[in-house]
Amino acid sequence: MSAIYIFLSFVMVFLSFSICGMLAMWMDRKVTARLQFRVGPPWYQNFADFIKLTGKETLIPEKANTFMFIAAPVLGLIATTIAGTIILLILKNQVSFSTDAILILYLLTIPSLSIILGGSASGNVLAAVGISREMKLLLGYELPFICTLVISAIKSGTTTSLGSIIQFQQQNGMILGSFSGVIGFIIGVLSLQGKLGLVPFDLAEAEGELAGGSLIEYSGILLGLFKLTKAILLIAGPLLLISLYLGGFSISSITGVITGILKYILILVLFILIKNTNPRLRIDQTLKLFWGWLTLLGFAGILLAIAGW
Amino acid sequence: MNLKTKALKKSLWVYHMSGGSCNNCDIEILDCLTPKFDIERFGMVLVGSPRHADVLLCTGIVNKKCVERVKEVYKQTAKPCVVVAIGSCACSGGMFRDGYQMGGPLDTIIPVDVYIPGCPPKPEAMIAGIVKFLEKLK
Ligand code: SF4
Repeated sequence: MSAIYIFLSFVMVFLSFSICGMLAMWMDRKVTARLQFRVGPPWYQNFADFIKLTGKETLIPEKANTFMFIAAPVLGLIATTIAGTIILLILKNQVSFSTDAILILYLLTIPSLSIILGGSASGNVLAAVGISREMKLLLGYELPFICTLVISAIKSGTTTSLGSIIQFQQQNGMILGSFSGVIGFIIGVLSLQGKLGLVPFDLAEAEGELAGGSLIEYSGILLGLFKLTKAILLIAGPLLLISLYLGGFSISSITGVITGILKYILILVLFILIKNTNPRLRIDQTLKLFWGWLTLLGFAGILLAIAGW
Repeated sequence: MNLKTKALKKSLWVYHMSGGSCNNCDIEILDCLTPKFDIERFGMVLVGSPRHADVLLCTGIVNKKCVERVKEVYKQTAKPCVVVAIGSCACSGGMFRDGYQMGGPLDTIIPVDVYIPGCPPKPEAMIAGIVKFLEKLK
């Protein structure tokens, strides 16, 4: 595979994931609005938001570290897109190496890190509170998320290669069909919810008390880049979960793509349901949930997986 | 009209700033978000930071303590931004125009684009005011 091909697929993933991600974000807003008996925004809303943000002035606060302030959102965006590209190439069966799942795990941490970097570079007190919460949240959901990966890896014959995990599931059925699979899937959905900053875990961006939280000083195109990162993450994260638990899908045939979209919508609906039926958790409750219940559940899942259930 | 202006018209993010109001105007602003009026269908959302805002909604006579703060918030807002004076107080001083604390009205402090009088103005009036402004926006 040539470098040009990889670069082209990077660009393709960037464009397609950001467009699909914004549509997914619109679905989230629309369904939320309908649940609250409102009409909700039109389908192009997130595109309009982004285009508007590119036209706005970008303010850099006096106290900020200018380089980090600008570099952080770019870093997050690139890392998420690379993760998306790797997942997509694995689904196309073109890339597979023995530890790619671990690499993706690392890459998906970088968007949260970029928020932390950007927030701390902006030199704002409220941003500092926001990033301290974001940091604790990151430490919180990372451990259960690793359990998710480990369960799926053990179930598919102790491999950390996403390609072989998908192949295993194509021959033996989805991992979700087993006990430990269900446990791993639940933990995965909740950790991703935390990664995406959706409602029960949106404490880092708390509009009410932190005035935008870690992103408080960002304006214009830089804020747009953060929104874009979130949109791409909203596609890449569920795709990882689909590959780990729902057997992946092939993007070369039309039926494959349709099953893929259906699986994606299933996960998105779960996200929206959790988001709309739960109030925001405090930081101590969040940590208790992640480090207490979910980690214990994760360990139980790993034991079950080793026992072959 | 270019694409960016079109997008701006479809996605106004609102920052709500109280310059010493009696709290009634603020409640009416929040009414706009309820299912009955639902301004999110026009793409308007309430944001928490002036850096994200396209619209500054200012309520109340700007009292002497608030003058500096209102100026500061206006400076912090990313331009282009629209300033809306909500309520008779912000437009002209209303019944408090002779008060000892009067530092405003708003347009003596920062440039105002839209005036929405009323004590407090109805949510319908606010939506009508913004829509009239958007029609004029080039
Ligand atoms: S205009 Fe009326 S309702 Fe609004 S702040 Fe002034 S006195 Fe209160």
